[in-house]
Amino acid sequence: MLSDKDRIFTNLYGLRDSDLKGARARGAWDGTKAMVEKGEDWIIDEVKASGLRGRGGAGFPTGLKWSFMPKQSDGRPHYLVINADESEPGTCKDREIMRNDPQLLIEGALYASFAMRANVAYIYVRGEFILERKRLQAAIDEAYAANLIGKNNVHGYPFDLYLHHGAGAYICGEETALLESLEGRKGMPRLKPPFPANVGLYGAPTTVNNVESIAVVPDILRRGGSWFATLGKPNNAGTKLFSISGHVNNPCNVEEEMGIPLRELIEKHAGGVRGGWDNLLAVIPGGSSVPCVPADQCQDLAMDFDSLLEVKSGLGTAAVIVMDKSTDMIRAIARLAYFYKHESCGQCTPCREGTGWMWRVLERMVKGEADISEIDMLFDVSKQIEGHTICALGDAAAWPVQGLIRHFRPVIEQRIEEFTKNPNPQGAVKAAE
Amino acid sequence: MSVRPVSNNQPDSFEFTEQNIAWANEQIAKYPADKQASAVIPLLWRAQEQHYGWLPEAAIKKIAQMLDMAPIRVTEVATFYTMFNLAPVGKFFIQLCGTTPCLLRGSDELAKVLKKRVGGQNQVSEDGLFSWLEVECLGACANAPMVQINQEYFEDLNAENFTMLLDDLEAGRDVTPGPQNDRSCSCPDGGATSLTDASLYANEGDSASSGVAAMGAEALSNIAAGSTAYSGTVAASTFVSAEPALVSFDDDHQMKGVSSAPEETTSQPTERGTNTSDDAKPTGLSQAREGASDDLKRITGVGPKLESTLHSLGIFHFDQIAGWSADNVAWVDEYLSFRGRIDREGWIDQAKVMAQEDGPSDDDKGDV
Repeated sequence: MLSDKDRIFTNLYGLRDSDLKGARARGAWDGTKAMVEKGEDWIIDEVKASGLRGRGGAGFPTGLKWSFMPKQSDGRPHYLVINADESEPGTCKDREIMRNDPQLLIEGALYASFAMRANVAYIYVRGEFILERKRLQAAIDEAYAANLIGKNNVHGYPFDLYLHHGAGAYICGEETALLESLEGRKGMPRLKPPFPANVGLYGAPTTVNNVESIAVVPDILRRGGSWFATLGKPNNAGTKLFSISGHVNNPCNVEEEMGIPLRELIEKHAGGVRGGWDNLLAVIPGGSSVPCVPADQCQDLAMDFDSLLEVKSGLGTAAVIVMDKSTDMIRAIARLAYFYKHESCGQCTPCREGTGWMWRVLERMVKGEADISEIDMLFDVSKQIEGHTICALGDAAAWPVQGLIRHFRPVIEQRIEEFTKNPNPQGAVKAAE
Repeated sequence: MSVRPVSNNQPDSFEFTEQNIAWANEQIAKYPADKQASAVIPLLWRAQEQHYGWLPEAAIKKIAQMLDMAPIRVTEVATFYTMFNLAPVGKFFIQLCGTTPCLLRGSDELAKVLKKRVGGQNQVSEDGLFSWLEVECLGACANAPMVQINQEYFEDLNAENFTMLLDDLEAGRDVTPGPQNDRSCSCPDGGATSLTDASLYANEGDSASSGVAAMGAEALSNIAAGSTAYSGTVAASTFVSAEPALVSFDDDHQMKGVSSAPEETTSQPTERGTNTSDDAKPTGLSQAREGASDDLKRITGVGPKLESTLHSLGIFHFDQIAGWSADNVAWVDEYLSFRGRIDREGWIDQAKVMAQEDGPSDDDKGDV
């Protein structure tokens, strides 16, 4: 288990003061000027050395992403955009950073912007997070008042940070949809290339990073990239906020070391699976977009990018959704299918039509009102959606369905058989007398 | 994709308050010159907050003007993002998270409570207090199941504490947002399993409060600052006429209506209306003429509960409603905390038609 001194988010549960004074007492903004003076390259090298991989789901190395930004400005400004559109079902970690440890995010935004020669950064918060928005804005105001950020701040690098918000669209968590939304349009993802590092916000070089990726940077720089790299496993370094929800005794967020065994994570922090470990049916280990992992593969499962890839799932946002044996697995996934149908932006036909189609079929399968052959058809259609859309929402809609069929085909078949045997459980309709 | 209907009952115009115009200019200043369109979502949201929780077409046009955008561009934003309500909502607009993490923890039970108490989705309850909608993941999965009511999250719910919460809101009592089981944020219930090393906080000194109390205070100040409030005082005050300048009726008229109807004026409505300026209150009857009231439920927008409330005001007949002055309408609207529903639903016009059909009673004409 990660020791407390290696934890970055020391006010995760809001039990301490979240204001600037409290945050400084816990180490925020310590030695900031000295680190800025070491230069852009030093910051990027430290972040690269730390092995930090993006915390928003895709796990792309953060330092590498930063190095894609042009070294010299061609006259266009550079932008950092922080993705706080946290909407992946199961995920509720960035919310805690914004409301309880906002100064870490603001400080990280300064380093990241400096490293990428951006003088302006925007934080795009999902629309529903109204309290979080107020807290974060209050924190930004405090940082301005203390002259930690601003045009003539004490760190000698002009930097403005603005808060922006959405209005309830999951798709805006996709980086180019987020940029569209930030420009005042519908959140429809852009075709790539060009990538945002060349043509992003307002046509200028832009990098979009997740809240957690940015908020861990101050500690990485203060303690050194090598400190972060020693935690976790090679290629899966550092600490990570895990959101544990569903059928556990004490659902919670917790910061743990990457690669922690799933069982240890659940039993140490979340009070164990409801009804005991043997009552586990399956987990969705990384937010709704990754395929589920059945209980028999969970025993020694490690929570990191590579280990989860081996069981054909993913770490995603590290949002662990636990399901015990009382769960109707088909219904759980059908509800996710409805989510993707609801959130598809409608731009690409395979996704717009496919998500609704998969949902309708799954709703019938919940009742068993389907044909056995439709299971293969559903799998086939999901494969036609996956990889055939501009953004990854199509993939994200397809994977949970594929996971269901891969691991729970007998359950679907049994349900269909039961329904076929007795399609009218209330008994045959009697003719009127 | 979700397709949402736009209300047929639209106000004629929309204007931001001066305060909100100043706020809007601050927002626009966040973005580079000529990129003012970036402010469209924040402005639409502020308009919705100002306009009783839903976004009328007039506001969309107004914002298009303010941001120098084609109205269709603003309309497509307003219809794309699902947090923009395009039709009226209740005073307490309840968004129930129904996505899998909440489903696993019993959001079905909460939906049952809402169905029983409020009715179907997107229907405003008769008293105008509640409407609800099942929405997609609200990002509080470790505190599931949960709802968002106007601006605030209410978490760790079950059928029992959720019912109590709705009771409190209905009665205008104070409610506390956040987890309803006394834990702080997403800390494991039963105590933190991490961050217990006191040396982490050695530098905080004495001034560092032990967070929970500070949190509570802050949460409360947030509520007070928000444009939609939940504290009991504010909830109750919406039943009180905010407009002291309502034109008065003459006293004789007033007397006729309510003097001989003690039963009707004692119960709940009187409590609600204690401070309401009674000058503009429509004249009521002590009882229905010839002991038979009209079926007020025929008016679109009036159901059994509302009908009985109208009865308690001494309103039994279509011709009474048809005869309401603008001030009467304003009074009733305020009394029922309707935010313009009477006008939107065209009660007066409906009542006029129905009064014609039924024919007015001759002997009591003078009362109206």
